Amino acid sequence: MTLSFWTIQALNALSFGTLLFLVAAGLSLIFGLMRIVNLAHGSFYMLGAYGALQVLTIVKNQLLATAIAVAFTAVLGAAIQRWLIERVSGNAMQQMLVTFGCLLVIGDLSLIAWHGTPAILPVPDFLNGTAILPGGIHFPVLRLAIIALGVALVIALDQAQSRTSVGAMVRAGADDLEMLSCLGVNVRTLFVCVFAFGAGLAGLGGALGGIFLGVAPGIDLELGLYAFIVVIVGGLGSIRGTFVASLLVAFIDNFSKALFPAVSMFAIFLLLVVVIAIRPTGLFGRRALS
Amino acid sequence: MKTAAVILAVSVVAVALALLKVIPDYDVGLATTAAIMALFVMSLDLLSGFTGLESLGHASFFGTGAYVAAILALHGYDNALVAVAAGAVAATLLATAFAAIALRAIGPYFLIMTMALGYLPWSLAIKLRSFTGGDDGLSGLPRPQLFGFSLESGPAFFTFTLIATLVCGAIIVGIGRSSFGTTLRGIRGNASRMAALGYNVWLHKYACFLISAFFAGVAGALFAYYSSFVSPDVLGVGQSAEALVAMIVGGAGTMFGPALAAAVLMLLHSTVGSVFRYWNLLLGSIYIAVVLFAPNGVLAASRRLASGRRRA
Repeated sequence: MTLSFWTIQALNALSFGTLLFLVAAGLSLIFGLMRIVNLAHGSFYMLGAYGALQVLTIVKNQLLATAIAVAFTAVLGAAIQRWLIERVSGNAMQQMLVTFGCLLVIGDLSLIAWHGTPAILPVPDFLNGTAILPGGIHFPVLRLAIIALGVALVIALDQAQSRTSVGAMVRAGADDLEMLSCLGVNVRTLFVCVFAFGAGLAGLGGALGGIFLGVAPGIDLELGLYAFIVVIVGGLGSIRGTFVASLLVAFIDNFSKALFPAVSMFAIFLLLVVVIAIRPTGLFGRRALS
Repeated sequence: MKTAAVILAVSVVAVALALLKVIPDYDVGLATTAAIMALFVMSLDLLSGFTGLESLGHASFFGTGAYVAAILALHGYDNALVAVAAGAVAATLLATAFAAIALRAIGPYFLIMTMALGYLPWSLAIKLRSFTGGDDGLSGLPRPQLFGFSLESGPAFFTFTLIATLVCGAIIVGIGRSSFGTTLRGIRGNASRMAALGYNVWLHKYACFLISAFFAGVAGALFAYYSSFVSPDVLGVGQSAEALVAMIVGGAGTMFGPALAAAVLMLLHSTVGSVFRYWNLLLGSIYIAVVLFAPNGVLAASRRLASGRRRA
C-alpha cells in the first residue's frame, strides 16, 4: 500500500463519484420538483451509452455523437413525462409503476437493438493518454477530464438553482406547486423541461461512463440502484447533498472493493442504513416530511 | 357470512380435487404457482393497498421464506408444516429490522427505502455461495411430507398449497375486517387524525408490516417446494414490482382482486413467457397500459365502462 496506490484509488473514486453525480442529480431534481420516483433513470444512462456508440458508427466525431445521444435521451425523457407520467400526476405509486414499465420496455428494446453485447466506447483522441501528476503518478487524462467536468457541473447547477429565475421556479415548485402555478408559471412545461434535463444528464453520464465503465444489459439497474442510494443519502432534491453523497458512495464503494472485496456491497448499505437511521431525509434533505 | 365462506372454500377445494383427476400435470403446476402468487400478492395488499404503505421490497420476505425452506429441504428436514412455519418466521424476523428502518420514512421515501433495503438480502444471496449457491441458486429440492403423506406428486402438493393459501387468505381477510384492520384503514386515510384519536400509528404500521411479511414468507416457502429451485431472482426488485402491479391491476386494498390478478399474471408469465423471448417488453407494456387506462384496477375499469354504457 504505497502512497501512489492511495492516490490512484482516490482519483478513481473521484471520477466514479462525478459520474454518479451526473446520473443522480437528474434523479434528485426530478424527485425534488415533481415527487416522481423515476425507476427508468438508469435506462437513460444505458441509452446514452448505447446511443453514443450507435451514432459514432455514422458520424465519427465523438463530441457530436455524445451531443446527439444526450439530445436523444432528453427528448425521450420529455416524451415520457409529457405523454405517460403526466397522465397519472398526483399519484406517486402509479407514476413509479409507469417508470418501471419504461425500464422494462427500454431494457428489452435495447436488447433487441444491440443484441445484449457488452461494449465500450472509444477514448476520444484529445483525451487519450496519461497525465503525470506530481509525485510521478500516471493517471488517464480522460478520468481527470471527467472529474473536471463534474466539478464544473456541480458549481454551475448549484449556482443555477440559487441564482437564476428557472432555478427559483424549481425551488419554489418543490415548496408549493399550486402557488407557483397561480403566479403564472406554466408548471406543465416546467415539469417537461426538468424531466428532459435530468434524462439528458443521465444520458451524458452514459456517454461518458461508457468510455471507462463500458455498457452492457443490466447496467440500467445497477447505475439506477447506485443513483437511488446517492439520492437517499444526500437528501432528495438537494444538489449539494447529491454531490457530497456521490463522492461518499463512490469512495466507500471504491475502497471497500479494493481493500475488502467480499463485503463491498454491504459497506454501501451500511452507509445507507446509518444515514437513514440518524436522518431519515438524508444528509442535506429538508426536515419537514408530509 | 362465515358459514358461506367456509362452504365456498370447501367447494373450491372439492372442485379443484375433482379437476386434478382429469387435467395434466403441467397445468396442475401452473395452478400451484397461481395459488402461491395469489397469497404473496394478498400479503402485499394488506401492507400496501389496505394500509397504504407502498413497498417495493416485499420480495425480500417471499425470498427469505423460499431460501429458508430450500436450505431446510436440502438438509433433510421434510416436515411441510415445520418448513413453511420456519420460512414464515424467518421472514418475520427480517421484517422486524426492515420495518424499524423503513417506517422512519413516509410516502415515496418509504417506497425507495424498501426498494434499497430489498437489495440487501438479494446481494447476500449472491455473495454467500456456501449457503445459498450464489447466482446458481439451490436446485433439486425434494418436496416435504405431511403427517406421513408424501407431497412429492403434483396433485398432492397442489392440494396442500391450495389449502394453505385459502387458510392464510382467510386470515388476511379476517385481519382486514377486524377492528385492527379498521384502524389500518384509518391510518391509510388520515394518519395524523388517527394519532390525534389516540391510536399508536407507528405500532399499527409495524405490526401490519410484520404480519404481511409473515404471509409473504409462507408463500415463499411454498414456492421453493413447488419449483424445487430457488435463485436470487425470488428476492429481486422485479419480483416485488410484479406483485405491486398485480395488486394495482386487481384493485389495491380489495384483497380478492389482487389475488385474482396475481393468478392471471402468473398464468400469462408461464404460458406467454415460455414462448415469447421478450417477456419484459410485454410486461412493461402491460404495466404502462394498466396505470394509464385502469388506474383503479381492471375490475373497477370494466365496471365503470359497463355503467357508462348503461347510462348512454
